[in-house]
Amino acid sequence: MEGEDLNYKELGLKVGLEIHQQLNTKHKLFCSCSTELATDEVKRGLFERYLKATKSEVGEIDPAALYEMRKGRKIIYEVPEGHACLVEMDEEPPHELNREALTIALAIAKALRSTSVDEIYVMRKIVIDGSNTTGFQRTAIVALGGEVNDVEGSVGIQTVCLEEDAARKVSEGEGYIRYNLDRLGIPLIEISTAPDIKNPEQAMRVALKLGLLMRLSGKVKRGLGTIRQDLNISIRGGVKTEVKGVSKLELIPKVIKYEVLRQLNLLKIRDELRERGISEDFVKNEPSDITEVLVKSKSKLVLRSVKKGLRAYAIRLRGFKGILGWEVQPNRRFGTELSDYAKAWGGVQGIIHSDELPKYGITQEIVNELFNQLGLNPLKDAFLFVLANQERAERALNAVIDRIKKALHGVPKETRGANPDGTTKYLRPQPGAARMYPETDVPPVRVTEELMMEAEKIQPPTPDEMLSELVNRHGLSNELANQLIRDPHITTYLDLVAELPNVQPQLIASTILIHLKNLRSEGLNVNNVGVEDLKQLLSMVGNGVIAKEAIPEVLKIYLKSEGKESIQEVIKEFRSITQDELEEIVKETLEELRHEVLRRGGKAFSFIMGKVMAKVRGRADGELVARVVKEKLSELIKDGNE
Amino acid sequence: MLKFPEPGDLVRVWKNGLVLEGIVMPNTEFSSENILIIKLSNGYNIGVDVGKSRVEVLKERAYEVGKIPEPTTTSVKGSGIGKLKFISTGGTIASRVEYETGAVKPAINAEELIEMLPEYLESFSTIEVLELYRLLSEDLTPKHWGRISEEVFRSFENNADAVVIAHGTDTMGYTAAALAFSLQKLPAPVMLVGAQRSSDRPSTDSIINLKACAVIGKEAPFGEVVVVMHGSSSDSYVLAHRGVKVRKMHSSRRDAFQSINDKPLARVDFPSKKLTLINKRFIKRHTREELTHTSKFSEKAALIKFYPNLDCGLINYLIDKGVKGIVLEGSGLGHVRNACVPAISRAVDEGTLVVMTTQTLFGRVNMKVYTTGRKLIKAGVLPASDILPETAYVKLSWLLGNFPIDSLEELKRKFLVNYVNEFNPSHEKNHFPRWYHGG
Repeated sequence: MEGEDLNYKELGLKVGLEIHQQLNTKHKLFCSCSTELATDEVKRGLFERYLKATKSEVGEIDPAALYEMRKGRKIIYEVPEGHACLVEMDEEPPHELNREALTIALAIAKALRSTSVDEIYVMRKIVIDGSNTTGFQRTAIVALGGEVNDVEGSVGIQTVCLEEDAARKVSEGEGYIRYNLDRLGIPLIEISTAPDIKNPEQAMRVALKLGLLMRLSGKVKRGLGTIRQDLNISIRGGVKTEVKGVSKLELIPKVIKYEVLRQLNLLKIRDELRERGISEDFVKNEPSDITEVLVKSKSKLVLRSVKKGLRAYAIRLRGFKGILGWEVQPNRRFGTELSDYAKAWGGVQGIIHSDELPKYGITQEIVNELFNQLGLNPLKDAFLFVLANQERAERALNAVIDRIKKALHGVPKETRGANPDGTTKYLRPQPGAARMYPETDVPPVRVTEELMMEAEKIQPPTPDEMLSELVNRHGLSNELANQLIRDPHITTYLDLVAELPNVQPQLIASTILIHLKNLRSEGLNVNNVGVEDLKQLLSMVGNGVIAKEAIPEVLKIYLKSEGKESIQEVIKEFRSITQDELEEIVKETLEELRHEVLRRGGKAFSFIMGKVMAKVRGRADGELVARVVKEKLSELIKDGNE
Repeated sequence: MLKFPEPGDLVRVWKNGLVLEGIVMPNTEFSSENILIIKLSNGYNIGVDVGKSRVEVLKERAYEVGKIPEPTTTSVKGSGIGKLKFISTGGTIASRVEYETGAVKPAINAEELIEMLPEYLESFSTIEVLELYRLLSEDLTPKHWGRISEEVFRSFENNADAVVIAHGTDTMGYTAAALAFSLQKLPAPVMLVGAQRSSDRPSTDSIINLKACAVIGKEAPFGEVVVVMHGSSSDSYVLAHRGVKVRKMHSSRRDAFQSINDKPLARVDFPSKKLTLINKRFIKRHTREELTHTSKFSEKAALIKFYPNLDCGLINYLIDKGVKGIVLEGSGLGHVRNACVPAISRAVDEGTLVVMTTQTLFGRVNMKVYTTGRKLIKAGVLPASDILPETAYVKLSWLLGNFPIDSLEELKRKFLVNYVNEFNPSHEKNHFPRWYHGG
């Protein structure tokens, strides 16, 4: 399955991207709190709320969470001092839309050739999982249209939105969910592309380009959790599936490929079921309690559950043999899909089905007995069961039966979540039209000429423009420039180039891309090298205090000292030696090895060069050393020969 | 453009190479000139400058925008015991946004109330909803207090077992005081309830405030007018404050309402719905027959806040306008600048009652400590102990409206009567809040 080659063109693959990126503004989107996350040491207050969850507000919430909310799930909020105020607590109306954030969004929109709206209206999008204290997320369209270039054709931009990030989930348990408010309100830019992307590789390229474009503005946050990609994927005959939360860029092609496989397999399952003459009436919601047979199995899973007071409820699936074990994605079977539904709707651990048995300590003998009890034919039929209390089992099995019925029609409309291995799992049904209404507490913002001029000043270059600047103006090699443009540290590079006019950009690029990378592969934590450290080190090289060859050594010693030595102290040890000192060292070396030198004669150069370099490495320019060695060596040989 | 697009029209917009379609929405107070608000199919609103784009109306009135039904009286039957009368005067609690258009609909009927609070059906046998006004509380006047008071009286005559009044929060304290003076010896609590977050929001505070009303209406031993609002920022408990002693102390927090110089009467914890009596000094429930009703309020009362260099002409102006009662919100123990003493003397001479309260809100007026106070007393100012300035203003309006007052002395005597615990003779240590002082 993994190696399967797919012809995406023939399959009619269409992919749209949605990229969410945190902005690195001074303040949050609707208040003056900092956009830094709170450390564990920060003192925090607590408060508790319940959200009103009405039937019609299904929106962006998982079914189990919606159920919990309706039952009155308590939401506990942590308020870290200095990182959240009454606005995040929903105790004060939002302040005006953050100008800095808006200017950045407009600048990025401009770089995408999007058309900004003339007046921005902030909307409320209902979200009742508690991640927004208000029960809605504030969001606004800043610009529409535009495109991003790609070698396989340009990809259209649909919208550029500015919105507030949600609170950070801390924990969850029976009857409660707990959030930290530090992240709530951090400005996010959301770029949505049209479904113009035609293959997995193109999707990654476009995502990379959009990510880079935002990074090149120098105004976005970096690091874990600051950027998030969602995908909309469809093939001919399938449906548009939303995949949420792809955190790693490299995962995008895999997620797309696996989703295509899943849709293809679901279509095959549909055909197979039709072939077998199975209709919706084959799937009856008539659960049977099979606990008594199962407990005979001595399965730990079963016994543990029964001890907790849970029962096993089974449903019969006539004619379904082999369908539940059908692999739809690597290591995920149709049964796994059903299991997702049981978890999402019933909050159970999952399902167990006959295609995977014997397993979990349930022997063939027990399986036969179960087939018997349920009146099923082991050669043709299947069954599945959940271990749960009656109420949860009912919800889980209802959802599972619904899902099985949908298999007769192909691919259901779903919102799915990305797993770390590139497969996806069911989260919730796709929301209908967004539950959105105006945020009347925030006045609209007129996009004035003045605002657009401000945006223009910080408009990032497109990645293509940046590449040519790196080669033509900075004098980088094509290879290094291409590498740099894909590296998140490009902004550090650009800052250093601007601040160190007497250091060659090539040197800055290789320090970041080659030296630091090598040290990382040696197992050193290069994150401990700060931008300030790099600046000091490179400026010393620029001023000729130390040789450029010393850079890797200085960094290595600095990192190995683990903070015991400052970078200046390390640099001191590598101060370049003067030509006189160098000549002295060469002379000494030749004296020591006089005998050997004379024996080797003219061929002694590389031997001596090696010995001298070992003494002065990093403190003298290699070319200079060679010249001095050559000079002194020929003197010695001349003398020796006389 | 053939026809200027109007709210509800489906339009197509050409802008900078973009072609957009959407429904025109009504403009807001803050919309700029030439801006057309368009709701796109993805639910977002955007503002389009008609001067910079081409707009064509595809279909007129494709969507009906912002139709508000006439105010009504509606009722539903429940499976519980007792009759709940719910009187809506407007405000945030009764306002709900129409999701499609964003237009705020300040209307509520019984069905909508039950949609918000299905459990009312289990609590009561009848739930009757009267939409009396659709007013923001800043627009209410003494005339409205009188009308609300009459409706409450009629409700009890018609066998209501609990009365809830939905009210804007800004002046809820004034209305509460007005009802407390005009409806005495109540058979059940009269509850004013509001919301600091509108009822259309998932995070609205109105839900547990309203739930608490059902508990207080059924279980509380007092027959007083109370304000029922959040006790903390959490949805963990709701307080019932005495109507004459309560004040909105924060512009936006859920727990904005606090009792001043008094303790709240009771609290209801959530989710347990347990009622706990906090204040032992309360007026117990009376029989229906004992209820007294005096619902007129005079417009000849006024409230002035003292500030350094207060223009004493303000007092003269009020006397000239025929005002018969003035509440001064003085500094500290009850002072205004000495320069105002002649104007105050004139007021008293012309038969206007001048009452002194304090802008510190907490604590009691004492005009015998400093010379200025003594001078003001000599001029005829009545020190009004620990009554809230707002309550004093309402009390004057009520006294002037209902009693034939022949002499200033008679008015003074009546003002000092402690009708519904508007004065608290004893301030304990915990009547004053603790603020954050570090540490």
